[in-house]
Amino acid sequence: MKRRPSGGLLDRDRALRFSWDGRTLSGFAGDTLASALLGNNVSTVGRSVAQGRPRGVMSAGLEEAHAFAQIGEGGATEPLVRSTGVELYEGLVARSLSIRGVLSPETDSGRFEKRYAHADVMVVGGGPTGIAAALAAGLQGARVVIADEGPELGGALLRDRYLIDGRPAAEWVRAAGLMLAGLPEVRVLPRTTAFAALDQNGIVLAERVSQHLPIADRSGLADRRLWRVRAKQVILATGALERPLVFPDNDRPGIMLASAARAYLHRFALTPERIVVFATNDDAYRTVFDLHDAGVVIAAVLDARDEATGGLPRKARQAGFEIETGAVVTGTIGDQDGVLQAVRVARLAGGGERLVPCDLLAVSGGWDPNLNLHQQRRGATRWDDRLATFLPGAAVPMQTIVGAANGRYGLNDCLVGGREAGLAAAAALGFAGTVVPAPSAGDEAEGEHASVWHITAPDGDESRSFIDLHRDVTVAGVTRALGAGVRHVEHVKRYTLIGTGVEQGRSAKVNAGRAVAGGIGLDFAQVGVSSGRPPAEPVPFALLAARSRGALFEPVRTTPIHPAHVALGAVFEDAGQWKRARYYPRPGEGMSEAVVRECLAVRNGVALMDASTLGKIDVQGPDSAKFLDRLYTNRIGTLKPGRARYGLMCRLDGVVFDDGVVMRLEPNRFFVTTTTGNAGPVMEWMEQHLQTEWPDLRVWLTSVTEQWATVPLVGPRAREVLAPLVVGMDLSKEAFPFMAVKDGVVAGLPARVARVSFSGELAFEVSVAWDQGLALWDALLDAGSAYAITPYGTEALDVLRTEKGYIIVGQDTDATTTPADAGLEWMIAQDKDFLGKRSLERPAMQRTDRKGLVGILPDDPGVVVPEGCHLVADPNEATPMTILGHITSSFVSPSIRRSFGLAMVTGGRARVGQRLYAPMMNGAPAVTIVDPVFYDPKGARRDG
Amino acid sequence: MLLIRCPWCGEREETEFRYGGQAHIATPRSDVDDASWARFLFHRDNPAGPFAERWVHIHGCRRWFHIVRDTLTHDITRSYLPSESPEDAG
Amino acid sequence: MHPNEHALHNPEFLWRNPDPKPSYDVVIVGGGLHGLSTAYHLARNHGIKRVAVVERGWLGNGNAVRNTTIIRSNYLRDESAALYEHCLKLWEVWTEELDYEILFSQRGVLTLNHNLHEVREGHRGMYSNQLNGVDSEWLDAQAVKEFCPIVNTSADLRYPVAGGTLQRRGGIARHDAVVFALARAADRLGVDLIQGCEVTGFDIQRGRVTGLVTTKGRIGAGKVGLVGAGRTPLLARMAGIEVPLQSAPLQALVSDIVEPMLPCVVSNALHVYVSQAHKGELVMGAGRDPYTSYAQRGSFHILEDQMAAALQVFPIFGRVHLLRTWAGIVDVTPDASPIVGITPVEELYLNCGWGTGGFKATPGSGWVFAHTIAHGAPHALNAAFSLDRFETGALIDEHGASVAVH
Repeated sequence: MKRRPSGGLLDRDRALRFSWDGRTLSGFAGDTLASALLGNNVSTVGRSVAQGRPRGVMSAGLEEAHAFAQIGEGGATEPLVRSTGVELYEGLVARSLSIRGVLSPETDSGRFEKRYAHADVMVVGGGPTGIAAALAAGLQGARVVIADEGPELGGALLRDRYLIDGRPAAEWVRAAGLMLAGLPEVRVLPRTTAFAALDQNGIVLAERVSQHLPIADRSGLADRRLWRVRAKQVILATGALERPLVFPDNDRPGIMLASAARAYLHRFALTPERIVVFATNDDAYRTVFDLHDAGVVIAAVLDARDEATGGLPRKARQAGFEIETGAVVTGTIGDQDGVLQAVRVARLAGGGERLVPCDLLAVSGGWDPNLNLHQQRRGATRWDDRLATFLPGAAVPMQTIVGAANGRYGLNDCLVGGREAGLAAAAALGFAGTVVPAPSAGDEAEGEHASVWHITAPDGDESRSFIDLHRDVTVAGVTRALGAGVRHVEHVKRYTLIGTGVEQGRSAKVNAGRAVAGGIGLDFAQVGVSSGRPPAEPVPFALLAARSRGALFEPVRTTPIHPAHVALGAVFEDAGQWKRARYYPRPGEGMSEAVVRECLAVRNGVALMDASTLGKIDVQGPDSAKFLDRLYTNRIGTLKPGRARYGLMCRLDGVVFDDGVVMRLEPNRFFVTTTTGNAGPVMEWMEQHLQTEWPDLRVWLTSVTEQWATVPLVGPRAREVLAPLVVGMDLSKEAFPFMAVKDGVVAGLPARVARVSFSGELAFEVSVAWDQGLALWDALLDAGSAYAITPYGTEALDVLRTEKGYIIVGQDTDATTTPADAGLEWMIAQDKDFLGKRSLERPAMQRTDRKGLVGILPDDPGVVVPEGCHLVADPNEATPMTILGHITSSFVSPSIRRSFGLAMVTGGRARVGQRLYAPMMNGAPAVTIVDPVFYDPKGARRDG
Repeated sequence: MLLIRCPWCGEREETEFRYGGQAHIATPRSDVDDASWARFLFHRDNPAGPFAERWVHIHGCRRWFHIVRDTLTHDITRSYLPSESPEDAG
Repeated sequence: MHPNEHALHNPEFLWRNPDPKPSYDVVIVGGGLHGLSTAYHLARNHGIKRVAVVERGWLGNGNAVRNTTIIRSNYLRDESAALYEHCLKLWEVWTEELDYEILFSQRGVLTLNHNLHEVREGHRGMYSNQLNGVDSEWLDAQAVKEFCPIVNTSADLRYPVAGGTLQRRGGIARHDAVVFALARAADRLGVDLIQGCEVTGFDIQRGRVTGLVTTKGRIGAGKVGLVGAGRTPLLARMAGIEVPLQSAPLQALVSDIVEPMLPCVVSNALHVYVSQAHKGELVMGAGRDPYTSYAQRGSFHILEDQMAAALQVFPIFGRVHLLRTWAGIVDVTPDASPIVGITPVEELYLNCGWGTGGFKATPGSGWVFAHTIAHGAPHALNAAFSLDRFETGALIDEHGASVAVH
């Protein structure tokens, strides 16, 4: 096509250079990549997927099936972008795509972000219908969001010569734009595509914030922005898409939709020399008038209908155009590059063909309302014979479909329909009373749309008659599918790949359905088309992720003592979102050396750790004891104030859920701890039962996980270290025995001290206000310096608790483990009910061959059998082997100076004394099953 | 992406809530037989149509409540307190 | 291979479109993959000639076309490993047996672990698999990088990749081709595939099923197999059977076509799994939506979370386009394991509850279900997957060990 010296919606003063497949070309501000390519006489913009045929720009919008390009450079390179939607900018780098996009491993500096908006009325589409709707609702005072994919409002008005209220439509668009801009509650979002329709009128938009700007001008701006809009009313003014026609060689560069030919003239000042217009409806006649007026030779006007009686054809005749009704294109001829040179024309009724030379064939197979968003909400569609397309059935609740999207193609219909929809949406929300202007246009009487969609190949070869231009699927392909016995369009889609392309086969769907109906002699209305799925337009993954990347992916939770761990050189582990110190290596130490040292400090001296991540819940109220008795498997109500008890909880199905310590502070006040990972779930579990099952109980729950920082001071010298720090607190065994709790002052800080121990040593667990945690830690370190106090991490704790046979829920247990399986049958109160108790009575829970917790001692004391290894009786059995259980915890014990561990095996402690094997790819070490308590079985050290 | 009406806080995005399954399941006495207990533990109505279900406004007021939601359309027709029955007007 | 090539290999003939006969020896309700597989195996393995599949829509219209086509057998529990390994072994011979290029590609399934707990559970699964005859190996972060270079193994990651377990025999297959292949194979063996035929009731005489009421009339049946995935509870209820299933949306998505770069399938604890299909598009799945639904759509934030997680592990995916999303209706049991076996109604059999993992089970599910129907009793491979386990408490928990952190 040629660029005309003037005209179009271009800024001729701003010539822009861009690169196409390495060539430097130029266009103007206002061009799309597609129009700029056409303006540079680039006819072939890519090759077809299967047959490798040359393809050119065939549309000026969403219908595009060929012109996809790879855009950008480096980390910001983006594959498969529709060239008709890319605004040209200085320095744009684009490449034609050979089928597949290419990703860049380089860092992407583009920023994607999200915003949320609430609207009374969301108007999707900024054509005449959408503008009229937004204006009507906005003037009534409603909060309106109107989005359009183009850089400016106007939609189809930008590509056509319409009059509104007797003036050029552009003037009305401009005036309406100014009015909208003056309404404080109206937000106009150009360059914004609505791509997803969610339940309860959520509309998701993708706004191109800086994608249209030269790279250098983008700094500080988002690349794109995702909007999640919640609207009380939605008006879908999404317009209609023009449909191609199917005939032999209908895919050549130089064949384009009739409306696109007008768009390239009016918006981009591009014209061919000789055009053939192939119409099945009246709208295509606009192309005849407009291109003729622009000096293009009208080589032929073909109308597949037997007669063309609508207003526009009549005018065309009056203007002297020769209209051939009942005439069609039966084939096309290309030059050596495959670009259109001439079309074959014949009468539908038969007879000879003639050749008509031309450099543009404008086709219109009719119009399909753009109903993707409607269909995303499972909105129905129905076939309409007169318009030969699918129209929307009833809109989903709180939505209206209006204008061309509703099959009302006349401009006046659009303006009136849009305005009425805007008024009705506003009125439904109580906004009414303002006089809203009623624009009007003179619509032509419209003739019927032809049901012609496919011109049979005169030679019977349908392998070049493309139904899905993007996926390269032909009539022959569909015929083959039907011959194979498939009947449903979805099967045809899957057999041929029709409609599976990047544009979801938008322009192919209806023709595909007709091909199926025709092939099997069924009524097309019953065959139907495949439904649109989100997104309506492709969006980059990065847009959905937006700012949830890098450091912002998920928060990092740290305790107030974290800086001390960092200063000590701790190695951390992720525990959910928490960072926990795993061990504190000294120079030259690896993990195992550090852990041995830390364990020995606990066993022989004094040590401290940061247990602040444990979940903590404050339980208050007169029914607290009753409440906790229903939750925990063991008896809580008998606990005396000032005393603590180990507590175990089950799920309703009897599986171990969580464990922790329950402290009774006052008769009606408890303080319970949970595992770090279950802090949230236990709190929710308690709340759920309190609110939904036992609303009669007078209990109040408060999560205080991040109100208390907790530091266990552990080891035989713990008492000596703590003593100088407390005031008026008798730490003696008699006054402060194991499982006692006292409030007092530690190191000048109000503190709660509990004699609980997860390591089996003498321990004082000190809790202070969260923001005083670091002060407590420093004070304890300071006080212990004379005793070589040693910070220890979670790894040492794991060794220490395993030596004592204490389980970790989720490590030594899984979603099948009952309290008895875990060796905690003594925790089951017989004289009360609790959540999950009834489930424990089911037959499978009572079986004697259930897995139970045991200890293991490897034959070789120097070998740590890996956790997760499974145990068998016969290491030489062929696979699948008879598995008896698996190792849940496995370490070297510095205390008993050998490897050891815990396991869950069938039969549990009945196997004590047996020798089992842990087969792996490289051997099958033997282990002996033993009692799971390896250290201080009487608890003398803990109670000391 | 549901928009759910919390009876205490009003309409909020689904991300503020957590699902709690079918509403109005009565806990049976613990002396029922295994079949009845299994029904209580595992069997839920799973209808294709209106469904009374529980949600908790976990990132809001933390309160449990009930809604009636159509499982075919996701339309929510009622939001009510746990103390009410699904048939109550409102 | 260009992206259309495999479609061109579809055979000239797939199936007849017969009207239903008055009666059959066995009628399978549900023309999804498991229903087709059952019918095929009834005819192939058990010589039952008069078999029909009745399908309310079109063959494979449910989860067959809404899954991510991942195939693996590295399940934790012994019962599951045995069943899924049986499935995988059948996949390994199916291209030949069905005489159809189903594009079964054993490119490996890599499951990433991001913290100590996951590493421990990963090892547990691996050792269990190895003893069960299921291939599984451990890759540390370095080996992960070598095996799948586009995985971000940087220590700066919010949840750095600690390693992963790899099942090399795992992979993907082309789901549409599997539907076509099974339907054609069943049709060739004389199975009547009756589409557009909805079951509206059951004839049950003295506790025994004798036929079906359908939108195409009454169809007599000696035996009936229900294989309705998410619709199974609705069907079972018509027969007076309560099934502990929840039907929930499971969303997945596909990207535009990009150059091959992902040599395997990757799943991880960030609730995202991804493979690259033969055409070149990325196929990804996420965690399921929590609520009951038959709407075949899920909530948008699930996709947003999934994308954020995917870009943690694969930053290179940033500008790939989300092309289409969809949701299947998965039928989830309380223990995340299927129900395959007898029911309280004589000669009425049940196969459901495959939840989020049904595609990979297609061969073995039909194999054991056909055996169960033919013999009136389960095969050893599916004996544990009985309906009554929910009453006894003998569940087969496949949720993965519960995650708790001290």
